[in-house]
Amino acid sequence: MSSAAQETPILEVRNLSKHFGAIQALNGLSMSVHRGEVVALAGDNGAGKTTLIKTISGVFRPSSGAILLNGEPVTFTTPQEARDRGIETIYQDLALADNLSIGANIFLGREPMKRLFGIVPVLDRKAMAEAARATMARLDFHVSRLEAPVSNFSGGQRQAVAIGRAVYWDAQILIMDEPTAALGVPEQRKVIALIHQLKAEGRGVIFISHNLQDIFAVADRIVVLRRGVMAGERRISGTTHDEVVKLMVGGR
Amino acid sequence: MVFLAALILAFEAYARYDFGGTFILNPYNLQSIAIFAVAPLLLASGQTFVIISGGIDLSLGFIMGLAAVVAAHVVNWATPSLGMPLAVLAGALAGVAIAAVPGLINGLLVARLRVPPFIGTLGMFGVARGVAFLFAGGTVVPVQGNSFFSTLGNGRFHGVPYIVIVTIVFVLVMHYLLTQTRFGQHNYAIGANVQAARRAGINIKSHLTRLYVLSGVCAGLAGVLYSARFNAGAAQAGEPLLLDSVAAVVIGGASLFGGSGTIFGTVAGALVIAVIQYGLVFINVEPFWQFISVGVVIIISVLIDQAQRRFSGGRVDE
Repeated sequence: MSSAAQETPILEVRNLSKHFGAIQALNGLSMSVHRGEVVALAGDNGAGKTTLIKTISGVFRPSSGAILLNGEPVTFTTPQEARDRGIETIYQDLALADNLSIGANIFLGREPMKRLFGIVPVLDRKAMAEAARATMARLDFHVSRLEAPVSNFSGGQRQAVAIGRAVYWDAQILIMDEPTAALGVPEQRKVIALIHQLKAEGRGVIFISHNLQDIFAVADRIVVLRRGVMAGERRISGTTHDEVVKLMVGGR
Repeated sequence: MVFLAALILAFEAYARYDFGGTFILNPYNLQSIAIFAVAPLLLASGQTFVIISGGIDLSLGFIMGLAAVVAAHVVNWATPSLGMPLAVLAGALAGVAIAAVPGLINGLLVARLRVPPFIGTLGMFGVARGVAFLFAGGTVVPVQGNSFFSTLGNGRFHGVPYIVIVTIVFVLVMHYLLTQTRFGQHNYAIGANVQAARRAGINIKSHLTRLYVLSGVCAGLAGVLYSARFNAGAAQAGEPLLLDSVAAVVIGGASLFGGSGTIFGTVAGALVIAVIQYGLVFINVEPFWQFISVGVVIIISVLIDQAQRRFSGGRVDE
């Protein structure tokens, strides 16, 4: 890959606006994410964070503005289209089917099939389990019981399964909504380590968080929204907790 | 399974004690139990899919009746022109096809119009019942001039009734569908977390529509086998079987909350019910006790399911 290509952001939004009737949820917002970069999205409730990620991931269509992937403008009509282009969103409530195994969750909706005796199509559970093992190992999560339903696993492990699914399907941009919110402290650390891992693999990560400690632990940049507009953008290395809080609440 | 064995032992003990005979080792009893179990098991296999998805299908009993009536009519109507075997084929296909119609409507109601399954299929329960009685002219429709149909319904292959063989094959196909295909896998996922299934790109509407059609088709097959066995179609053929079908699924370990259940569990559940019902007849108890006993068993099964949820509710952290 040439150096010029590396400079093109993997994801860029330009002048993105979204209104619902008279309510302007997002107003002329521009931001970008580069390869191997973790961008934190912060702001008070109703600042437009969720609207922004839902617009990027194809749930909402922007009222105006553009989304560019590797410099190329794209429009998504469904989340599936965004996913097909490598944008995977990991929601707060995890979106796992609790009664299925890790492998079945990774492959949910696109299960691999094989043929029994060359004729009868059957689910290829072996391939699913093998992919689950390999993926979880890559994320440095070692689980012993691959056939167990994911309801048997802890919150952090389940988060890892959700991330693992995105990684398996080769997501280039992972959007995470409060990935550490429902977890205990040791589990939060593991998820933070996971995000570092994704970064090291050259993927772009956007994550929403209210937890400044998490943001300062893992993000490269922070984008602060307030009432649908950019309140400020800082490099983590060049800012402080106080400054970020001031940006969020608006008292400069 | 343990429960099934205990039941059989109890009836066996009764038989030995009362008249020095045997219950389970008597092939006649075995055949009767198997025949008893056919219709409830067919309904229950469709119901298993629906309950795993988090729904319920209350219309199955009268869809079965509708199919039985239509099958009998079509066999009567087609026999003079097509001859016996082809008329039977036409009747069977017509019975199954007509059953797919209320199934499709159930599916569209639940999937597209977001009617709760309980209400949508309860409405269809009434509609299918009315249509079945209308088609039957308010009475039983006897099959006339086609002995082939009744031969299929009552014949045996090495002592095993044809309708039992058909049911076993069908149930194996349903087991395959549930455990080895995407349809089955998606069914479990939808029952556990419909939001997750949607986000994973599963087309929920199309899945639910197909699901209720499948459930209707199961009832349709039960109706066709009914009219073959009794050489007549009756609108009320499946009336008492709705409760049995739900009971079989729940006894078989499925949760009414959705997300769990297996076909083989349902088979065990249907056998438990058939053994209870046949066993009660066997020991000369008034037949109305059958309803009471199945009702009690269904409630106990749900209580056990809830208790299990409570005790294993928390996740096991590693």
